[in-house]
Amino acid sequence: MESRHSINSLTTINNAQLYGLVFLRVIVGWHILYEGVAKLINPYWSSAAFLLDSKWIFSGIAKAIVSNPALLTISDYVNVWGLTIIGFCLMLGVFSRYACVGGMVLISLYYLFSPPLLGLEYSRPGEGSYLIVNKNLIEIFALYILYLFPTSHKIGLDRLLQNKLNLKGLS
Amino acid sequence: MSNESSHDQNVQRRDFIKALATIPVFGFFLANLWLKLKKDALKRKNLLVDLVQEKKPPTIIKNRSNGKHLNIGIIGYGGRGSHLVRGAGFATKGWTDYAYKANQENNLHKAYSTFMSQDDLNCSLIGVCDLFDVNADLGIDASKNDTGPGGAPKYSAKKYMNHREMLENDDIDAVIIATPDHWHSKIVVDAVKAGKHVYCEKGLTRTFQEALDIHDAVKETGMILQLGHQNRQVEANDKAKEIIDQGLLGPVNLVELTTNRNSQWGAWVWNIHKDANSKTIDWETFQEPSPNKIPFGPEALKRYFRWRCWYDYGTGLSGDLFSHDYDQLNQIMAMGIPKYASASGGIYFYKDGRDVPDVWHVTLEYPDRDMTVLYSATLSSNNSRGNRIMGHDATMILGGQSNAGGVGGFSVEADRESTQYRERIEKGIINTKYPIYNYSPGSKQIDGVTSATSQYFANKGLLYAYRDGKRVDPTHLHVKDWLDCIREGRQPKCNVDVAFEEAVTCAMATESYLTGRRVEWDPIKRRLV
Repeated sequence: MESRHSINSLTTINNAQLYGLVFLRVIVGWHILYEGVAKLINPYWSSAAFLLDSKWIFSGIAKAIVSNPALLTISDYVNVWGLTIIGFCLMLGVFSRYACVGGMVLISLYYLFSPPLLGLEYSRPGEGSYLIVNKNLIEIFALYILYLFPTSHKIGLDRLLQNKLNLKGLS
Repeated sequence: MSNESSHDQNVQRRDFIKALATIPVFGFFLANLWLKLKKDALKRKNLLVDLVQEKKPPTIIKNRSNGKHLNIGIIGYGGRGSHLVRGAGFATKGWTDYAYKANQENNLHKAYSTFMSQDDLNCSLIGVCDLFDVNADLGIDASKNDTGPGGAPKYSAKKYMNHREMLENDDIDAVIIATPDHWHSKIVVDAVKAGKHVYCEKGLTRTFQEALDIHDAVKETGMILQLGHQNRQVEANDKAKEIIDQGLLGPVNLVELTTNRNSQWGAWVWNIHKDANSKTIDWETFQEPSPNKIPFGPEALKRYFRWRCWYDYGTGLSGDLFSHDYDQLNQIMAMGIPKYASASGGIYFYKDGRDVPDVWHVTLEYPDRDMTVLYSATLSSNNSRGNRIMGHDATMILGGQSNAGGVGGFSVEADRESTQYRERIEKGIINTKYPIYNYSPGSKQIDGVTSATSQYFANKGLLYAYRDGKRVDPTHLHVKDWLDCIREGRQPKCNVDVAFEEAVTCAMATESYLTGRRVEWDPIKRRLV
């Protein structure tokens, strides 16, 4: 008989579905982790270039951040460490639902600060062709799916944490 | 019992394996990260260490202005003159109000804070001379404005009807000359003979003879002359010089300099002031040194405000823009005066009555150095070609000094047929598609391994403008260099010898264009052949 995995009180999924979701979680985590680490190891990285090129409704906020050294420093830290921690959590499956929410918030900001909408021109060179939908938007919804269908309590460090909590609850 | 415990153990083991199942992926990630870091480090080692043998810290601007208080006069308080005086610490009330308001509305507008954070140069503006009354009054206004890096000024300026009257004032130590070019040599010679130090705007002179006059007068009197090429204060040019001095480009046989502008303003079609008339403008004094004279009228007004368009008052592209790019190259490679110059071009776009060309090219030959320098300019296209110093091993690409936007950084690209880098190109350490070296002003250092995006931004100078708190106007530094040298009896960065090289080179190019023949420099007899 095929084994089923219960991922929340209503849903059970089969092996293929579970491994598919885990694989998605790990590769999204990998991407986010490397985005963070790449910035972390580059002492000259700054969010200023991205923010200066911001268009649409948040461009005013972006420029205010750039022109205030304290805010810019905070923005740099939040980006570097936010991405690194979220990526790490997703990959290893630890606190991964929180990581999904954090990742959605952060990547939504990237999307909203420079959305590929009609009529918006960016001066930085693009690495693909996008019309409204870009990789950020897709990743946001990938994280949403991972949030709705959590897997880290099945495959991931959350499994151990959950067991510990259960044991504590029992004792 | 034993069955149950072994079942529990199995469950625990399975739990454990499933909990740690993605750890190997993380290990794989770390292993790849380590490989990448190692590769990047190897790239850096092979590029940066070689490229920058000595890492000079950025120039620290020391305040040397606490010596003698200097009194300066401005001759020609127009667009450029007002900028120079601002560099010395004096702006009109109208300008400081405007810049302050602009910053309140948009805090990326930094002109006000850039001005206010200038060093106090410990000087006063005590004389203003301008043939247009409106400008003269603005100059007086600037000398009195309490808003400035030095606070309330010690003295305010007196208005002079002409430069000779101003030079009679013994309280004036030094003068800034920002008149049209046809007046430069007369005023410089009169000023140094009257014992005044001189800051003169570029191009130094209108003719070759005037260059000799200035050179000789300055040398005889020993006064300090600074020519207005503020690029001399730009660190990127010093860095470029270091790289070329280290031989990293290999033999250089060809340099390309370019100017690309495409606007009325860029083509010197400047506004004719609404208050300009025969009463507010001293037209006869204006045209005193020019070869051709015309009576005052609408044509004269055009010539007064758009003087760069006529050879009677300037030399068009030569003195205005070629001089900048030539001086940048002279700063980086100590070119000196070429052996031959030939120029060509024409009035192809602005058929508005001007007699200077709007498309113009010069070839400078340096046979002793096995080098040709090509300069090409257009006033009807913004296609920014930059400046290229082309070596056998690598090419240095600089943002052109004369293009809109001005001072940028530079990058160095290895040549795929390079001898010096052959081994590294073969090993894949150097990828000739990407720059091996990038310098952007204001960024903390040089990074040989940057992403395409950050290189793009670096070249745009965006990081420079907003990243590091203080942004400095090179014009201020250039004026400061001049005043510091006056106090210390040193020669400034764009001193009379360098200025003479600029003036003679520009004069050779202008003469070649006007006569249609190749012009030769005879350094022994100091004449053009």
